[in-house]
Amino acid sequence: MYSDKVMDHFTNPRNVGEIPDADGVGEVGNEKCGDIMRIYLKIDNNVITDVKFKTYGCGAAVATSSMATELIKGKPLEEALKLTNKAVVEALDGLPPVKIHCSVLAEEAIKAAIADYLTKKGLDPKLFGIDLKACTGCCDSCHE
Amino acid sequence: MRIYADNAATTKVDNRVLEKMMPFFCEMYGNPSSVHSAGQEVKAAIDEARQQVADAIGCESKEIYFTAGGSEADNWAIKGIAKKYASKGKHIISTKIEHHAVLHALDALKKDGYEITLLDVDSEGFINLEELEKAIRPDTILITVMFANNETGVMEPIAEIGRIAKEHKVLFHTDAVQAVGHVPVNVKEMNIDMLSMSAHKFNAPKGVGALYVRKGIIMPNLIDGGGQEKGRRAGTENTAAIVGMGEAIKIAVENMEEESKKVSYLRDKLLNGLMERIPECKQNTPKSQNRLPGIANLSLKYIEGESILLMMDIKGICASSGSACTSGSLDPSHVLLALGLDHGTAHGSVRFSLDRFNTEEEVDYILEELPKIAERLRAMSPLWNKR
Repeated sequence: MYSDKVMDHFTNPRNVGEIPDADGVGEVGNEKCGDIMRIYLKIDNNVITDVKFKTYGCGAAVATSSMATELIKGKPLEEALKLTNKAVVEALDGLPPVKIHCSVLAEEAIKAAIADYLTKKGLDPKLFGIDLKACTGCCDSCHE
Repeated sequence: MRIYADNAATTKVDNRVLEKMMPFFCEMYGNPSSVHSAGQEVKAAIDEARQQVADAIGCESKEIYFTAGGSEADNWAIKGIAKKYASKGKHIISTKIEHHAVLHALDALKKDGYEITLLDVDSEGFINLEELEKAIRPDTILITVMFANNETGVMEPIAEIGRIAKEHKVLFHTDAVQAVGHVPVNVKEMNIDMLSMSAHKFNAPKGVGALYVRKGIIMPNLIDGGGQEKGRRAGTENTAAIVGMGEAIKIAVENMEEESKKVSYLRDKLLNGLMERIPECKQNTPKSQNRLPGIANLSLKYIEGESILLMMDIKGICASSGSACTSGSLDPSHVLLALGLDHGTAHGSVRFSLDRFNTEEEVDYILEELPKIAERLRAMSPLWNKR
């Protein structure tokens, strides 16, 4: 069902936890649909110096959270903003079709955390190209 | 090591059953419809299996029709009766917790203009008999209520439903796939007109089942062709599987009392042990004694079922869940929602289904491992701190 990479990131997830003094926090999804991701960012000089996540959901939800946080750790914000769900899926050696929405959720969670950081700085996330689709975690909200 | 605790999904074939089946592949391979001895010896074996199945549920052998399984039997019973009695009425009563083989067959009928009443269940999963009686109308042609539920193990008051159906002269079908071979079933005493069963749920092979149809009810043909199953379900018989089904049901009934005690003991130890060891759980299997011996279903709040199953699988434990992620749909189990569970609690459900091959050591192992898994996943869950 899942690739070895997905199982690796599910059983040994990287960056699990919280950052108490995070500079940006983003949460997407809801309990009704069975997936919630919360991402914490520590940002210094426009570089993501630390990232942690907490996820409620299936194996793919945990694995995509883990992989997405790995992909943005230590990266400048501009680069992190370019992270796509496709890149997360590729890095995990693929996901079953019914689980693609989990990767969308991971991308949205990171964008939501960055948007939170920018808003706190008094900046409009839209100017940075962040258009939060208000992902609810339900497949039908992003697969219109 | 692997602990198989998913016997409501399917069971292993008993060695004695396999042994009984083996000659029917390379030695006794005749066609039961043939006149010669090679065919007639196989016909005799099928007759014997039919008698064994009939004895197990208290009917006559001519009332048993072999099928390819439980879903086929359900579809045949429901759609067959609907078609046959369409001129009398187009109303059917069922429940919200049926297997999809029943619910989707009813959905198909709805498209053909039938009206379906799905009865609610209480928080333990039982239907209300007064509501059932009130739902019966002059145009009601069938009541179909499952004997026992595959997810929670709840057993419906079948004899009472049979009595009500008889009083109102409405036909009564029950999907007894989870019950046959595990708890006493008697179609005469319980006033059951039709009953579906599936062999692989009681240690026989997959791909074979049966429909009991009370004599006097003439079912429309399911498959037209040769004269097999009195011409109602044509096609050369799956001889080895049918023989295996007969042997398996005989073994199951002979040992039922003893096995049921053993399996219930293991179920109680598992269910009560998990409820004690893991905080914030909800028991989904009824506390009432009207339940199957082997099923233990509970929800681990704030975590999701597929994650739990994957973690358990890594530890060698095979179980199932009613979460949306494992059903392949957007919603969690319709059965758990019908009990009144919120979506989150339903997503966190885990079902263990034990049988006579499970051991106390296996239960002890699950009692050791699942609390650790719950703790690990909850530490990762954003809902756990927020609660």
